[in-house]
Amino acid sequence: MKPGDVIGPLEKPPITKKQLVMYTGASGDFNPIHYDHQFATGGGYPTVIVHGMLSMAFFGQLLSHFRVKRIATRFKAVTYPGDVVTVWGEVVSVAENSAEIKLTAKTQAGTVTLEGSATVEIG
Amino acid sequence: MESRFAALVGREAPPRVYEVERGHIRRFAEAVGDDDPIFLDEEAAKKAGHPRIPAQHTFATALRANDPREGVDIDWRKLLHGEQEFSYQRPIYAGDRLTVTGRIAEAYVKEGKAGAMDFLVTETRATDENGQLVFTARSTAVIKR
Repeated sequence: MKPGDVIGPLEKPPITKKQLVMYTGASGDFNPIHYDHQFATGGGYPTVIVHGMLSMAFFGQLLSHFRVKRIATRFKAVTYPGDVVTVWGEVVSVAENSAEIKLTAKTQAGTVTLEGSATVEIG
Repeated sequence: MESRFAALVGREAPPRVYEVERGHIRRFAEAVGDDDPIFLDEEAAKKAGHPRIPAQHTFATALRANDPREGVDIDWRKLLHGEQEFSYQRPIYAGDRLTVTGRIAEAYVKEGKAGAMDFLVTETRATDENGQLVFTARSTAVIKR
């Protein structure tokens, strides 16, 4: 592994409302903005919005084969059901036992939705 | 500008204990659409070098602490999840018994394009039965004024 190496990309299937309900139950995030259309539109959104944490979990999936010491993200833009999210990583630096990876998520429209980073064990 | 939440920094909620279940790990992976067999099958997990079935890298979010912001005067509709970080001392495994405690770690105000916004950082620490730290989660909420 060396700086500049790319991990992925991982293109996920379109996010479905069913998936949002599954993620709500599994994660315990019961904010109705993710499953109640009326609540979401009352908050000014066109429909329910995807959990930012679901997109962050795609980063987790991307790094499935690594031992992750740290994983972090900033949430930059909202994702909606039907969106196709692609995540990828780029190795920024490599130390003796660990590597720093820059993570990005974007939708099919090219909108960057998450900017993250991870520290993984190597060697 | 001082945060109106400044006095809450250090406030801790009562701990909560989780027995980490295989079924919960599996349902989380299914919801994400992560079909790696290590989340389903102990043999596959062992082949990948794990002693037991591990949890997905962001599963710590599912081990929710009691919320130290409970009862705080916040307009929850104006609250956005700005940032999230997980630091792991080791992976979470099925069969773990973890004690999670949430604490308000930081409160500050930033001037943005849309005016001043409140930032409230909640930190969750999880320890195992031996009292060893397993993970720390930091969640930054952004509250529009």
